[in-house]
Amino acid sequence: MNGGDEVVAASADPSLPLEWRFSQVFGERSAGEEVQEVDIISAIEFDHSGDHLATGDRGGRVVLFERSDTNNDNSNGARRDLEETDYPMRHPEFCYKTEFQSHDPEFDYLKSLEIEEKINEIKWCQTANGALFLLSTNDKTIKLWKVQDKKIKKIADMNLDPSRTVGNGTIASSSNSNITSSCLVNGGVAEVNNSLPPRGISSLRLPVVVTSHESSPVARCRRVYAHAHDYHINSISNNSDGETFISADDLRINLWNLEISNQSFNIVDVKPVKMEDLSEVITSAEFHPTHCNMLAYSSSKGSIRLIDMRQSALCDSHSKLFVEPEVAGPKSFFTEIIASVSDIKFAKEGRYLLSRDYMTLKLWDINMDSGPVATFQVHEYLKPKLCDLYENDSIFDKFECCMSGNGLRAATGSYSNLFRVFGVSPGSTETSTLEASRNPMRRHVPIPSRPSRALSSITRVVSRGTESPGVDGNSNALDYSTKLLHLAWHPSENSIACAAANSLYMYYA
Amino acid sequence: MAMVDEPLYPIAVLIDELKNDDIQLRLNSIRRLSTIARALGEERTRKELIPFLSENSDDDDEVLLAMAGELGVFIPFVGGIEHAHVLLPPLESLCTVEETCVREKAVDSLCKIGSQMKENDLVDSFVPLVKRLAAGEWFAARVSACGIFHVAYPGCTDALKTELRATYSQLCQDDMPMVRRAAASNLGKFATTVESTYLIAEIMTMFDDLTKDDQDSVRLLAVEGCAALGKLLEPQDCVARVLPVIVNFSQDKSWRVRYMVANQLYELCEAVGPDCTRTDLVPAYVRLLRDNEAEVRIAAAGKVTKFCRLLNPELAILHILPCVKELSSDSSQHVRSALASVIMGMAPILGKDSTIEHLLPIFLSLLKDEFPDVRLNIISKLDQVNQVIGIDLLSQSLLPAIVELAEDRHWRVRLAIIEYVPLLASQLGIGFFDDKLGALCMQWLQDKVYSIREAAANNLKRLAEEFGPEWAMQHLVPQVLDMVNNPHYLHRMMVLRAISLMAPVMGSEITCSKFLPVVVEASKDRVPNIKFNVAKLLQSLIPIVDQSVVDKTIRQCLVDLSEDPDVDVRYFANQALNSIDGTTAAQS
Repeated sequence: MNGGDEVVAASADPSLPLEWRFSQVFGERSAGEEVQEVDIISAIEFDHSGDHLATGDRGGRVVLFERSDTNNDNSNGARRDLEETDYPMRHPEFCYKTEFQSHDPEFDYLKSLEIEEKINEIKWCQTANGALFLLSTNDKTIKLWKVQDKKIKKIADMNLDPSRTVGNGTIASSSNSNITSSCLVNGGVAEVNNSLPPRGISSLRLPVVVTSHESSPVARCRRVYAHAHDYHINSISNNSDGETFISADDLRINLWNLEISNQSFNIVDVKPVKMEDLSEVITSAEFHPTHCNMLAYSSSKGSIRLIDMRQSALCDSHSKLFVEPEVAGPKSFFTEIIASVSDIKFAKEGRYLLSRDYMTLKLWDINMDSGPVATFQVHEYLKPKLCDLYENDSIFDKFECCMSGNGLRAATGSYSNLFRVFGVSPGSTETSTLEASRNPMRRHVPIPSRPSRALSSITRVVSRGTESPGVDGNSNALDYSTKLLHLAWHPSENSIACAAANSLYMYYA
Repeated sequence: MAMVDEPLYPIAVLIDELKNDDIQLRLNSIRRLSTIARALGEERTRKELIPFLSENSDDDDEVLLAMAGELGVFIPFVGGIEHAHVLLPPLESLCTVEETCVREKAVDSLCKIGSQMKENDLVDSFVPLVKRLAAGEWFAARVSACGIFHVAYPGCTDALKTELRATYSQLCQDDMPMVRRAAASNLGKFATTVESTYLIAEIMTMFDDLTKDDQDSVRLLAVEGCAALGKLLEPQDCVARVLPVIVNFSQDKSWRVRYMVANQLYELCEAVGPDCTRTDLVPAYVRLLRDNEAEVRIAAAGKVTKFCRLLNPELAILHILPCVKELSSDSSQHVRSALASVIMGMAPILGKDSTIEHLLPIFLSLLKDEFPDVRLNIISKLDQVNQVIGIDLLSQSLLPAIVELAEDRHWRVRLAIIEYVPLLASQLGIGFFDDKLGALCMQWLQDKVYSIREAAANNLKRLAEEFGPEWAMQHLVPQVLDMVNNPHYLHRMMVLRAISLMAPVMGSEITCSKFLPVVVEASKDRVPNIKFNVAKLLQSLIPIVDQSVVDKTIRQCLVDLSEDPDVDVRYFANQALNSIDGTTAAQS
């Protein structure tokens, strides 16, 4: 995994097209293995430093990965450091750290509603005291988790022999039952207090704690933010002030303080007086990365609204509206459905905003609300097939998008476990299509000098596929059920983590 | 394993349980840390217990919180002030945990200890601790550091003082907003200890930076700093440095900052003094009263009376009253409600004529408000207006408002107005009450909602206290006793409840002549629930009436009940009988 060519790649001009390579896979499926529904990954998120990666799955579990190629990993000590000085690793590599059950299936008895345990989103919070903090949410409940390496401790040298304690009936009850013991202790001590010698009693001793060198990560739920959403939570986002976060459901956005779990403030409410008048729902929401007062949310009608929390306590009126200017031409039944924005992400500096709808990826400049700066076709070849996609409900799939730390590229997923990377800087024509497998480039020969973006190789694959329907050149079925919905870009390096069903694939360039 | 002497056994358990798996037992041990310390003696407490606790900072938050509190009062157990420094290490590690309430408690305890320490100990151990926390790797330590500067600073040498000021200035510019927030909220406290020469030169510079912070949450904490710093500065410096900041804040982009200004207004006015309040803060306040954001108007409206008290009546009438008029018809019910809760207090400030001319129309319009809270708030402060202009001018609008509230479909509203009936009665006088409100009081006694019936019964008692037993005898008792024939057993039960509340107020004679016959009659009710309530009621009447009445009437009635077929009736009857025997035995 290391060699001269990588050094060249790393030092190359950042605007040159990237050559993507496979880095790692977790939970790879062996041939013929059935994917369990609960194992399907439903959320991926890097932390701010890029040293940790979290995934959530439909079974309510959160799995944490830790970067294993950096020097700041002190768990393995000096040997790794020495190895790395000899063979510096050039791209992020992660290893499994821990996992925990974040959410369990629940039943809302008042509404006769089953609440799935599926993790809808994970967001990392500020690291404190060497412990990791993250928020995870399912449809209804958000939880704050703390994950910390704990050294295993053993207690030795007690005043009372535990074995003797067990033998003695009255003492046993005192150490097992909390009530009797506190009575005994309280009552007993009062008598002794007066007779204590001024210099203390030498026969008493404190328990000795023996700390072993082994440590293991322990996850503890610190707070539960519940009962604030009537509809399904689609996103959560941390504020740059480090003390608040938002949670958005179909019709409302609530603002929380991380330390207060029993109250939240409703800041956006798009619920119409009569539910029959409902024409638009919130699909995604995110805080601006640096301006604590700004947040953006997207809607099912394809619009993105930027709101300023300084202006008013209830931000029902937006300060800026971003919507694609209407194109003249025939409108089909599907026009509105495919306009629905499935995900928005701010770029690191906060000036640009990435949005994904069913067919395209769009880049917006928040200073320009007349239309997107750039539009990228993700899978234009599906246009004639919208009818089929509607019938099998695929048209409602919610694809995520992500942006590189330097803001030069963006990535988003498609069907057949493909994902696409676009150069978004002005003048860039970079486009690549990768498959979430050990061999990401097998479908695609990158031709950076290709004049038109729309004519990517994927089109050819599909046109060939139409000759023998549903089968592409690699005789893999063009499968709507293998969709790559979730992916994340490393905050500082060119590394992408993406989920293909239950497997987590990582690529670097 | 050591064998422990019998008398020491409880303490041995207590010590062992410091490390028990059960958090309740650990908590119990920590809360009795002083007992453990006394058992170990001062020296071993210093050398063993305290280091042991320092290692303990990864325990559960509840345990840490208790420990942080205990350590704050631990000086006597380590051997007095000269050994106080041994308590610093465990508190230092508690200052770095991520749970805010634990950190705050630890900071509290550090301040308690630090303020008692001798100067050279302070310099030797406390100041280095402050510096370590302020340079902490994680924000939690730096947040805690902000809260203890004011304890460390006064005893320092000049060189150290300079260093501490520089460190605090750095904390004010920390990358983490949490640290800047802590620096902002503690700046006032720190400033009280800093010499006045540095106040202007250094503290005000830090303050200026904080007031320009990008994060709204930092700026809004700086608002509180305005009041604190303003009081420390010379008046002319305050006008030059703090006043412009307040005026700026009152026009801040963020409504939350403006809300803070509205909320802190009184303190800010105190800081800048009456003259500047009149010239500069009146326009600022008027802007806040007319703010776009309802939350800001709510906060501002709630301060109307307090603010006007700082002005002369002419200024209040000229500048504030027009705003108040607007607010009384504000689109937000919460603004009107906030206004209604304080506006009556303006009457004494403006005096009789101005109140009649300017405020009365506002009172009347608020009394007709569609939102019950607004009306309730006006009614609850009636006494303040009564003293100035008398009640007559209001009474015409008052009655319909009261009646409407009394019949509101929300029981909480009805409950709220019942609470105010004794106040109304005392303000309006007996005559008004008899005519208009008496019937309402009886109507509440038959409300559908239990809480209302209960409150109504209580209300009768308070009225009887207010107007005296004689009046109650005429106006309350007959009506209540009439209800005893109500076909609904719950209403009959309310009569018993009312009797039990009123009997102590009405006295022995009325109880025997009026209440007791009714109660005895009720003991023959067909509903067991009534019957055992009779038994309970009789028990409560025993101390009120004469022994002869007890022997003659009550005992017989209870004996009858004690042979009732219903087990609960028999139980309560026997209880009451026992208590009769108990009192008789005690007397004889």
